[in-house]
Amino acid sequence: MLQYLLDIKEGLAIAFAAIRANTMRSVLTTLGIVIGIVSVTLMGTAIEGLNRAFNTSIAKIGADVLYVQKFPWAGQEDWWTLRNRRDIRMEHARAIDRQATLASTVTPIAANIVNVRYGSKVVEGAIVVGTDEQFIETVGVDVVLGRFLTPLEVSGGRPVCVIGSEIAENLFPSENPLGKTVKLNTHTYRVVGVLEKQGSLLGQTMDTRVYVPINRYFKEFRTFRGGIEIWVKAMSLEEVEDTKEEIRGIMRKARRLSPGAKDDFAINQQELLIQTFNAIGGVVAAVGLFITGLSLFVGGIGIMNIMFVSVTERTKEIGIRKAIGAPRRSILIQFLIEAAALCLIGGIIGLIIAFPLSLIIDQVLPTAMPLSIVFIALLVAVLVGIISGFLPAYRASRMDPVEALRYE
Amino acid sequence: MSHLIALKDITKFYQMGDTTVHALDGVSLTIEKNEYLAIMGPSGSGKSTLMNIIGCLDTPTSGIYLFNGVNVSEMNDNQLAKIRNKEIGFVFQTFNLLARSDALHNVELPLIYGGYSSSERKRLAKKALEHVGLADRMHHKPNELSGGQRQRVAIARALVTHPSIILADEPTGNLDTKTGDEIMELFEELHEEGNTIILVTHEEYIAEHAHRIIRIRDGKVEGDEKMSKRQRALAGVSR
Repeated sequence: MLQYLLDIKEGLAIAFAAIRANTMRSVLTTLGIVIGIVSVTLMGTAIEGLNRAFNTSIAKIGADVLYVQKFPWAGQEDWWTLRNRRDIRMEHARAIDRQATLASTVTPIAANIVNVRYGSKVVEGAIVVGTDEQFIETVGVDVVLGRFLTPLEVSGGRPVCVIGSEIAENLFPSENPLGKTVKLNTHTYRVVGVLEKQGSLLGQTMDTRVYVPINRYFKEFRTFRGGIEIWVKAMSLEEVEDTKEEIRGIMRKARRLSPGAKDDFAINQQELLIQTFNAIGGVVAAVGLFITGLSLFVGGIGIMNIMFVSVTERTKEIGIRKAIGAPRRSILIQFLIEAAALCLIGGIIGLIIAFPLSLIIDQVLPTAMPLSIVFIALLVAVLVGIISGFLPAYRASRMDPVEALRYE
Repeated sequence: MSHLIALKDITKFYQMGDTTVHALDGVSLTIEKNEYLAIMGPSGSGKSTLMNIIGCLDTPTSGIYLFNGVNVSEMNDNQLAKIRNKEIGFVFQTFNLLARSDALHNVELPLIYGGYSSSERKRLAKKALEHVGLADRMHHKPNELSGGQRQRVAIARALVTHPSIILADEPTGNLDTKTGDEIMELFEELHEEGNTIILVTHEEYIAEHAHRIIRIRDGKVEGDEKMSKRQRALAGVSR
């Protein structure tokens, strides 16, 4: 055991002396490892960013909210079959609202694209959402200015709206939007509230939305088929599955499905999205790391090459060491350490380069170089060194001392 | 059993293309503790091969080599390395020091492979360097030392493990006559201190420093003569 420690200590001293003696060559050789480590860590950072982006997005979809929709979030069903399903209508929302015992809120949602205009200012491609007063509680979002739609406004179909924070910023940069009238396409609405900033969900901003009473929405923004979706918040997180079953029963009855027929609607929940994302994300991560890993492999070949040169150059030194009693193991360890040290230096340089680059990625994806990647990168670098250094080191350890001493 | 080194019918063959070279062809000899002998022979005589075998750098094709009564002719690489480390001190014609290491580290080297602790290594290496008169040159690298000084470092390296034999291969071959004489005086001192010294040379006047000369020709022992004190006096080396 002590002998191993001595070998490693001596090996480190020799390795650094050798690297210093051939600075230029060492730097060039290390470059392969540097590039490999940079690409692998950046890929790791990007993957981490994707995960975080997804997780922050998904967190906005409440885990206790069920989405009764035409299309499932996952599955292999034929798109045309799904598309030709009967639409979900207000009567279904009313049925759930009346009959469900485990639901705390039931909110109908219908959406279309509009231009929002105030004076000469306009927000194009905003989304008008027809909903009811329970929306605010279902989604769990706050009103920063004014109030949300009232039950009376909803049932009466009043021309009032609540706007998202981005619309408020764009149309009312220096005014109080409350009480102002905006035009949704050609229809006039009075602003009664502004929602807090919500950010984006799966790449779609939630802040360019306008919420109006659903009755009025049907009159003025109804799409060709006029289907809606129904968002249901369960009483508690534990009862989500039970709530789902209850809603399923109500929906089947409301849509008069015979007992053997398949559901012609989907009840979606966060869980499904996470499963789908993890499946796709896993493949993306594996492929990405494999491809960037190839550059590390190329770097390893460079290390092996230079270690062969180093061993040949130092044949005489190996002969001297063997003559004065170095066993094979010591010579093997010496050259393995040299290769590992080269790669470790490459790994450290790679991380130093990769860190500022990861900050650039951070501009696009919310990420940070995870500490685990730093350790893994260094470990991988050392492993690459040991693997690619093994063959040259083995050759050195097997040299015949008489031949080696004769070498000039 | 009492011999330090006993060689019996040692042969060494090399395959060189189609021909087999008989570098050693049945060499038998014994060497006792505290002997000072020279192995002499022209180039190609097989004396280097004999030195390699005595120094455990190489194994014979056939024959038995007993070192301190232990059969080393059948040992593997690592066992031989251990014998070289503990029992044999090499001094080479071209010094064979590590160019990037200073004198002290060069002398420490055998101790590293011998598993000595760092402080013990430093202590022993310093002592050995003092012994060869280089107390003030410990931190010089080989290229900062003269040829004679380099050879002294090499001798210190050979001495530092207190080996059973010191094996010197043409130790004065790369030195001028005066420096060479100084090195030979050092060997004489080491011998008087009780070390066993084996000198390999092709130069008669160097061999005559030894107390016994073994002459090798064509892979065979051609002569084995004890040098009397008078003969050595005639050679001008005895004191």
